[in-house]
Amino acid sequence: MRRLLGFNLLTGIVLGVVGWYAGWYAAHLVAGPSIDYFADIDVNELSVVLAYLGGVIGFLIGLGFLNYPFARLRGYPPSLREKETQGIGRYFGLCTDHKVVGIQYLVGVGVFLFIGGLNAMLIRIELLSPTKQVFPAGSYLTIVGIHGTMMMGMMTSGILGPFGNYLIPILIGARRMAFPRIEALTFWLLMAGGVILETTVFFGGFPTGWTGYGPLNIQANPGMDCYILFFALVGISMTLLGLNMIATIVTMRAPGLTWTRLPIFVWGVISTSVLMVLAAPVLIAALGMALLDRTAQTSFFIPSAGGSDYLYQNLFWVFGHPEVYILALPGFAIVLEILPVFARKPLWGYRLAVSGLLGVSLLSFFVWQHHLFVSGINGDLRPFYMFSTELISIPTGFTFICGMMTLWRGQIRYTVPMLFCLAWFFNFLIGGLSGVFLSDVPSDVTTHGSFFSMAHFHYTIVGGLVFTFFAAIYYWVPKMTGFQLNERMGKIHFWWMFISFNSTFAPLFAAGFLGMPRRVVTYPASLQFINDWVSVSAFFLGASMLFFLGNFIYSLVFARIPAPANPWASKSIEWQLPSPVPVYNFTKIPVFSSDPYGYGESAGPVAVPAGAPAGRD
Amino acid sequence: MSSSSTPTAAQPNHARRVIVAWIVLSLIATPLVAIFLGPAIPPGNASVQASGQTTDNTVMITILTPIICLLLVFFVYALSQFRKERGADLVDGPPLRNHSTVQFLWVGVSAVIVLFLAGFGTYELLQNGAGGGQGPNPIAVPSGSKLQVQVIAQQWEFTYRYPSYGGLETSQLVIPSDTLIELHVTSLDAVHSFWAYQLGIKADANPGVDNVAFLKTKGPRTFDIHCAELCGLWHGYMFSTGRVVPAGQFAAWVKQQQALFASVAQYMPPYATEYYPDPQRRAG
Repeated sequence: MRRLLGFNLLTGIVLGVVGWYAGWYAAHLVAGPSIDYFADIDVNELSVVLAYLGGVIGFLIGLGFLNYPFARLRGYPPSLREKETQGIGRYFGLCTDHKVVGIQYLVGVGVFLFIGGLNAMLIRIELLSPTKQVFPAGSYLTIVGIHGTMMMGMMTSGILGPFGNYLIPILIGARRMAFPRIEALTFWLLMAGGVILETTVFFGGFPTGWTGYGPLNIQANPGMDCYILFFALVGISMTLLGLNMIATIVTMRAPGLTWTRLPIFVWGVISTSVLMVLAAPVLIAALGMALLDRTAQTSFFIPSAGGSDYLYQNLFWVFGHPEVYILALPGFAIVLEILPVFARKPLWGYRLAVSGLLGVSLLSFFVWQHHLFVSGINGDLRPFYMFSTELISIPTGFTFICGMMTLWRGQIRYTVPMLFCLAWFFNFLIGGLSGVFLSDVPSDVTTHGSFFSMAHFHYTIVGGLVFTFFAAIYYWVPKMTGFQLNERMGKIHFWWMFISFNSTFAPLFAAGFLGMPRRVVTYPASLQFINDWVSVSAFFLGASMLFFLGNFIYSLVFARIPAPANPWASKSIEWQLPSPVPVYNFTKIPVFSSDPYGYGESAGPVAVPAGAPAGRD
Repeated sequence: MSSSSTPTAAQPNHARRVIVAWIVLSLIATPLVAIFLGPAIPPGNASVQASGQTTDNTVMITILTPIICLLLVFFVYALSQFRKERGADLVDGPPLRNHSTVQFLWVGVSAVIVLFLAGFGTYELLQNGAGGGQGPNPIAVPSGSKLQVQVIAQQWEFTYRYPSYGGLETSQLVIPSDTLIELHVTSLDAVHSFWAYQLGIKADANPGVDNVAFLKTKGPRTFDIHCAELCGLWHGYMFSTGRVVPAGQFAAWVKQQQALFASVAQYMPPYATEYYPDPQRRAG
């Protein structure tokens, strides 16, 4: 009862709604019923923007984010509510326990992943027929836009959110993140953003897809503001998440944990965080300018008024290309983290693997204009961007060779997480090699903006990120929840998903080469067979996700078979702790003497012998 | 990778097996891909630019085939040979942490492939522009006399303007065969992209920007035109069909269109690089 009345999700929602109306009212007070010059829509842009800003601020106050600074300002001792160690209520409010935030992220990101997936189902329903319209053209574009934006925005935190927050302090032998309140803030900002993006449907949706190109974004309905606010909130959340990760890993490593002893997953998190911190602010700036164009009548991106639509395209892709590696790099790291456990061999070529991750991270800032090969900008720079884009396949190849050589002469166990990791090699090989066609200017002329590029990035992001996301779930959720996931259902889920995924996206390479542009509501009748095949496969793919959800709920709610502390016989430190991990992780801070990959080297099961973990002494 | 660190002497030479299987498979697959699959990849041979792209695609997929074969052979072999027997005790594999020769070969070979692909792509690009939009100052300009055609995109249709025929404007694209054509692509509102699929031409249409692409047509045929950049509500319906016709037929078509166009021609400039509808209108 005390929790119900205190600062929690409920008060957050109530104050969020109050703040929304306060902003709405204030905007109308300032600007009258409509400041819109064009006045063909009776909503004024400013009111939508201020309403959502007020809503977000109210939501955060309601969750209790101002309690700590206010208590400090007034000289009171801060409330200890956010440090509570017991009870289910922790999961529905501001909590600074990194393990609670990790599980909040897992559920929150999972919910929005499913919403994004449902939008994909609607897209495929529309594309069953070349001419018959299930949705009006505007609704269809909004569905496409929500699908793309939701996936690209939410899944940036898809692995760093749940598994980064949960595991990084444990893997480096710490008890918390460097900035626990900021850690909680990143999660709640993301959730507020997700809801805002969904409410775009009440304001006419947005027609631009996830890229939000100007000047189309200036023409669009007020629903566009929801897109802008969503992506800006994601950008803020991403920047803070990255800063927090870097600060934690740099400053809070336990004694003995030198840079060359870090688990490779930690390196993946560092390289991703660098991208987040450097790339996301560019996105926030670009969206801020677009928002000013829409509300304050500036003209950053309106060519007829002296602006430049190329400016938006450049700013967007300066963020946008690192963004796709923000999605892909955690996947690389999870594959390399899980393979040694199930091949019973040390990670092969540790330094090569690390330089691969950092190399991709660095190079990804120098390739963005390959999205603009035919845009008519900088014709003479195209050979450079072609070269830099193809160059990035070299550090990506490091991940392949390190993974492959880790399997070599190992003792491979085909567990569910291992199957998902092995599928990564297949998917990312196809995704990567199709990327060679897109990076090559002559070939890109045909494939650019077609279903070929759409199939390419679905192979890299679904095949690279979502598959490893599931690998991480099957691998670490027993540790996070203390309950086993059903192995047999997991294997059915894997094969179901792997086959339907390939059956969905492989034909789309052909559709693109046969001349089908992206984001169309209609297409040539000659492509109907391919599209119907893809749609049916996509429905199977969607059903496999439902099957996973069934397994997840069945295992964690109904079966509830306690997970052993170390079901995979891993040498990494998190598996030496009880499942689930106790509140302050370690009773004594551990001392590291090697990396966690000593399979076949040290006799003991634990690579980190010193510092008895909590619950063991 | 080598068998020198094998704990038991009975281990077969895995590396040799994989390499032999890879070479055999590559020797079979690569010529098949180069001869049959490569030339079948669109956009085909409807224009010089399209042929260049198909050649480029053929070269790339031929180079990529041995890589695919290597991973295929490796994974089939490794996943079947190195598996833990069901029910057997959990034992660790050999602690192989590094092998400098393998690292050196992998990095070196991938660098050579990357350098070759980038060099070859640049060569193909500079030959004739590869059909892509090059902006107002193109770097790859094919030599010879050119027929200028301006493509004006707007929500949600293309208009074609022939500056050398008095600024003749039509809603259908008709171009002569075996002719070098200089396309000037621009837009009136949002960003569009002019995609003449079978001709291998794609150039974004940005408002106020003259995006030049070159096209050398071959024989008469029809071709599909799509907008390839999301441009708002009816983006999906922004398509039409163009025609490549013999020179004589083209001249006759121009005469006929000019007669239709005569009444408005006196008000139109011969050439337009900028043109905005005023005031800027909202749209879906």
